[in-house]
Amino acid sequence: MIEVKDIHKAFNGEEILKGITTTFERGKTNLIIGTSGSGKTVFLKCMLGLFTPETGSICYDGATYSDLNEEQQRDLREQMGMVFQGSALFDSMTVEENVMFPLMMFTKQKKDEMLARVNEVLNRVNLENANGKLPSEISGGMQKRVAIARAIVTRPKYLFCDEPNSGLDPRTAIVIDNLIKEITEENDITTIINTHDMNSVMEIGEKIIFLRYGHLEWEGDKSQIFQTDNEAVTEFVYSSNLFKKVRDAQLKGL
Amino acid sequence: MFYLDDIGRYFLMLKGVFSRMTKGSVLRNLILKEIDDLIIGSLGITVFLAFFIGAVVAIQTALNLNNPLIPKQLIAFASRQSVILEFAPTFISVIMAGKVGSFITSSIGTMRVTEQIDALEVMGINSLNYLVFPKIIAMLMYPFVIAIAMFVGIFGGYIAGVYGGFVSSSEFISGLQEDFIPFHLVYAFIKTFLYSFLLATIPSFHGYYMKGGALEVGKASTSAFVWTTVVIIIANYVLTQLLLS
Repeated sequence: MIEVKDIHKAFNGEEILKGITTTFERGKTNLIIGTSGSGKTVFLKCMLGLFTPETGSICYDGATYSDLNEEQQRDLREQMGMVFQGSALFDSMTVEENVMFPLMMFTKQKKDEMLARVNEVLNRVNLENANGKLPSEISGGMQKRVAIARAIVTRPKYLFCDEPNSGLDPRTAIVIDNLIKEITEENDITTIINTHDMNSVMEIGEKIIFLRYGHLEWEGDKSQIFQTDNEAVTEFVYSSNLFKKVRDAQLKGL
Repeated sequence: MFYLDDIGRYFLMLKGVFSRMTKGSVLRNLILKEIDDLIIGSLGITVFLAFFIGAVVAIQTALNLNNPLIPKQLIAFASRQSVILEFAPTFISVIMAGKVGSFITSSIGTMRVTEQIDALEVMGINSLNYLVFPKIIAMLMYPFVIAIAMFVGIFGGYIAGVYGGFVSSSEFISGLQEDFIPFHLVYAFIKTFLYSFLLATIPSFHGYYMKGGALEVGKASTSAFVWTTVVIIIANYVLTQLLLS
């Protein structure tokens, strides 16, 4: 579980996060939604320790990040997995080397043990026979799977995903969403996904927080998001033509 | 103020490079890869440049020796001194600022743009040590490249001088041995060691701290080349003043 208390973050005097307080539960897919520029990525990077908030605290299963010393922070980071928006695979390494990388850095396993684990996670993300390929030789969807495999190979306690299905076709996007949800449940990890894709919200949103201009505007689950009378949330949800048509059809009783 | 800020960040970067070392087995592979990319990959162009620089120096010297009282051995002497003292260490390093420097800046800059450096940091890896330290160690081999450049440069002078009909083989070899001061080699290699450090770290600095997208990677590469060259030229002046005056 991750507890965030009153996080503030500014760049060059401009406040991007304006006091966010929320909780992300373990074993659930927690979604951060909001329009571009609402502070989603900055919020995620604060939780990853890439940005240091000016005020507030982030607590990981009882351990407050800012209270930890450098070594403890490093240990905590080793328990985090991250799927970046652009996958962020190391382009000079093959798929196998990319996935094996965290194991090589942080474990004392023998090569065959590492290979066994790599193959296990690659199978889990349905990516067989791609071990020897470079990231540039595989599709965007496959790159996302490799990024997920790399993120989970060390069995992290926390999984962060920054727009994991951006740039993917709708079918592949659903596959990636479901994969993340299944992995979250199987491994009982705290997963936080940054997205502005309403399909993801409908597919896997067990807890949703809506950010607007750096504020936490609304939080709830996917069943509540269509009932809310919060104008900003409604505007965001029904900016999708598909959802607008579904709502209109419901109102007409179709 | 802007430059002072950059100089300060450069030294903070160096502090980061030498702290929290990456796992030894991983580092070993990275160093070998960097030696391949930065050193072995530079040999071809270095040999090519050194040969023709040496040849041109020999021809220019020969063509400017109009006085019959000046011995022909001076062609070899001038070629040796020019190649060992300046052309091999400094001129080749300026070329390397373009070749090796832009490679380093663009590879690290691309990693920055594509969030690969963020990925390293999220994993708890000291990205500065992981990315820059192996380059510094690999560049310790750079003096060998310069040694080859010295040899090939003088050989180029020999070929141009002897086969161009400016000087006989025995006169050239005799001129090469004339007034040889071993400290000049020491001076050249002291310069080379400093240049190798500058060649590894200044382009890394420009790549690591760049912001933006693909266009900025190109701008950072250009900027890295300019600044590496400027610092090499200044360092050359300072070291020459300190060591030879």
